[in-house]
Amino acid sequence: MRRQTQIFLIGYRAYLIAFFIFLAAPLFAASMFAFNDSMFPALPWRGFTLDWFFNDTEPKLGMFYDQRLLRGLYYSFVIACWVSALSVFVGTCNAFLFVRSEFPAKNFFYIMMIVPLVIPGVILGISILVLASTIANGADDRYGIELGFLRPGLLLVVLGQFSFITTITSLVITARMRKFDVAMEEAAYNLGASRLRVLLTVTLPFLRPAMIAAGIVAFLVSFENFNTTLFLVGSEAPLTITMFDRMAKVGSTPVLNAVSLFLMIASGLLALVTVLVQRDRSTG
Amino acid sequence: MGPDDLDLQCLGVSKSFGSVKAVQDISLDIASGSFFSILGPSGCGKTTLMRMIAGFEEPSAGDIRIKGRSVLEVPPNRRNVKMVFQHLALFPMMNVYENIAYGLRCQRMGKEEIRRKVHDVLDRIALPDVAGREIHQLSGGQKQRIAIARCMVLDPDVLLLDEPLGALDLKLREAMKIELKLLQHQFNTTFVYITHDQSEALVMSDRVAVMNNGRFEQVGAPQELYHRPATAFVAGFVGDSNRWSGRVQSVDGAALEVATEGGLPVKCTAANDGTLAKGDRVELFVRPEFISIDRGSQTSGLSGIVDSLLFNGANSRALVRTDSEELVEADITLTGGTDDIRPGERVSLTWAPENALCFAAAGKAA
Amino acid sequence: MNRRDARRLALILLFMPFALWIALLILLPHIGMGVLSLREKVGPRQYEFGFGNYIDFAQEPIYWNTLLRTGSMSLLVTALALIIGFPIAYYIAKIAGRRSRGALFLLCLVPLWVSDLIRAYGWILLLRETGIISGALQYVGLVSQPVEMLYNDAAVIVGLVYTVMLFMIVPLTSTLDGMDDAMIEAGYNLGGNGFTVLRRIIIPYAMPGIVSGCIIVFMLTAGSYLTPVLLGGKNSSWFTETIYEQFITRYNWEAGAAFGFLLLAFTSLVVWLGLRLSGQSLTSTVARS
Repeated sequence: MRRQTQIFLIGYRAYLIAFFIFLAAPLFAASMFAFNDSMFPALPWRGFTLDWFFNDTEPKLGMFYDQRLLRGLYYSFVIACWVSALSVFVGTCNAFLFVRSEFPAKNFFYIMMIVPLVIPGVILGISILVLASTIANGADDRYGIELGFLRPGLLLVVLGQFSFITTITSLVITARMRKFDVAMEEAAYNLGASRLRVLLTVTLPFLRPAMIAAGIVAFLVSFENFNTTLFLVGSEAPLTITMFDRMAKVGSTPVLNAVSLFLMIASGLLALVTVLVQRDRSTG
Repeated sequence: MGPDDLDLQCLGVSKSFGSVKAVQDISLDIASGSFFSILGPSGCGKTTLMRMIAGFEEPSAGDIRIKGRSVLEVPPNRRNVKMVFQHLALFPMMNVYENIAYGLRCQRMGKEEIRRKVHDVLDRIALPDVAGREIHQLSGGQKQRIAIARCMVLDPDVLLLDEPLGALDLKLREAMKIELKLLQHQFNTTFVYITHDQSEALVMSDRVAVMNNGRFEQVGAPQELYHRPATAFVAGFVGDSNRWSGRVQSVDGAALEVATEGGLPVKCTAANDGTLAKGDRVELFVRPEFISIDRGSQTSGLSGIVDSLLFNGANSRALVRTDSEELVEADITLTGGTDDIRPGERVSLTWAPENALCFAAAGKAA
Repeated sequence: MNRRDARRLALILLFMPFALWIALLILLPHIGMGVLSLREKVGPRQYEFGFGNYIDFAQEPIYWNTLLRTGSMSLLVTALALIIGFPIAYYIAKIAGRRSRGALFLLCLVPLWVSDLIRAYGWILLLRETGIISGALQYVGLVSQPVEMLYNDAAVIVGLVYTVMLFMIVPLTSTLDGMDDAMIEAGYNLGGNGFTVLRRIIIPYAMPGIVSGCIIVFMLTAGSYLTPVLLGGKNSSWFTETIYEQFITRYNWEAGAAFGFLLLAFTSLVVWLGLRLSGQSLTSTVARS
């Protein structure tokens, strides 16, 4: 019996290790070729180089000198900042709304809040595109006004990503809000604080770890988003779109691997921050 | 006693939530510098009453006055009534110093003065060195004292305490009872203490109001409540009692003779000099410490067989099964010697008629 | 202004962001898409109301075959993710020691922080003719010339399972983590063997997590675009590709909107069926995590 259990456990562990190799393999492949001194991200291995990061001349243009990639990175960054700021704001409002307020049909609205998460991203993208274009076309036809901001571009990308990322931030912040003891607000109020002061010194500081974590998650999800962005993107293509174009149309060079590795490290660091913030929560 | 000496007055205060009447027509006067308790079972409306005094609920009717002035129009953050919450509600994201300084900062007091006041109040609660600690580093008793200090530093007219000892373990609770009483003396502020634990109320208070179903049953000094309960509820809720239902057999002034439902004839006294007539249904209360227990049968009083002994040091009890199959609790002294009463022995139970109190049974109560 | 009015005003202000978000970015766009999908093009800039786009869909087997193919492959991916992920989640939640638990969980999350695109790219580098696996097989001597493992259904499925795995493991681990070990022990104690304990105790307990994981995984798979396109090549025929083609390549928005609506209806139907069959609700599953 004991022997059998041990064999079972060894098998189980082997399965676990195989699984983690499976998880790591493509990431390893993507980062490995960033250092291959070749024009193609493929075998054979032609020696180690950092050219795909730091070389400033064609044809081996490093990622830090590739203007199109850098512009994509910049647009991704701008979009992600807007999306995380907006979605954390609305998510916080939603936490107050669904935990602290009573109103008719609350359960129905709560389900409405979750729904965007289960709508395929492609459909969110096209539906927003359709609505924005309809309004823009209508304004153009009837009144001759050109509403440029409703044409595919940064604003639509931000709105499209915001539309489902807000569900994620709302859920994260709502969960934290449910742990809040309302007596703490009453205590502060009782000690002479104004409503605004109570909010700023007691409630929001309590929510802060969840707001930071939600903001980072929103930032990362926005940065990585492809499906929704694909339909809404204008001339200011964010990084994922730029990379996809190169991959699908131009054929890839190891510079894409360099970007991949760079993104992996950056988001790994951000993830680490989330973990640290969440750890802080246990003492709070 | 003029209104100037009264820190807190409630005049006919009521509160309804929909059709539920949580508090009905409560009036009370609390003298300056006294320790006043509101004692009642959970759900009796005591927390609602306290929240109205603090300003978190608006009364449906009546007036609340602090130092003689109505506070109904004053929002909670401007009332000089501070509150210690049931789970203390200390702010976990601030340290001890910031918690205590919170109210002072709200008053826009100068930094230096805040520092002086915080350290002063920490000295007074005998925790001079904890200012820099985080809340989660404090013990239960320390948290308790910080919660009180956080209020007292603001020099309130009235301090409300909402069952603050509920979360502590028994030993600490006993110690904190004494501590709270001492703190109240030291600050010389009016404390209004809410509890469902009668021993907390009796030990600490100058006066106690017993509350049930949204009303005050009786207001008085602890001794008064214990020895001269005004209603059956008070008699049953404050202290331990043997309790029987019965019917009045004969009346002679305040002295009554009652037959219990089990058929026991009992001599007793009508509470509050109340008038009861022959045939009235009554509830009868006798405290265990007023029952004396003797070996063997006697002509007067009840006899029965000792069912079991509940040893608890000086507070030991005997459970006696009377011949009419009712269980009676009586205090006894168990010395550990050979002449202690043992289970199975036949004993007689006697008490003075004035220690057996009768109340008209519920439904007929005025 | 009295307190009740102030409270109402506060509620309305708090409700505004939510209402704007849901109304302007979710409800109105979907209504707009629905209306658009019911427009038929009868001439240049001339439209008529009708179900023509849907009729086109029904009459063209390529379209509904693609939808059915997308649906069935998504179900397969969901099932695979559940079967592969469950033992991992169980190990993390119940078998691993206190300290390794957190580390293993974080390891599982690592790919989450990398975009779909990079994950798919990684698989391309592994699977293609000049890729690592082909190279390794040649090196070992199992094959004599490069093998192409890309651009087939198996590659798409592997890539999709990989992409969605985390969304299965996270909810599973968090539900299993909440389960008291004593329940499992009681199961064995009452005479159950490994299989009955799994079937009667562990799986029913983990049901909300299983359903939640399956819903998210299914939606992500059915709605995915990158992985099928990159790993399946030109002929992967995923329904989102059809939508993209109508919208961007053919500029036939009416048909694209109709197809989008069909995809939404189809996935909603599957999710609804899943919830029905398992006796769960959207709030008890997806909102938990």
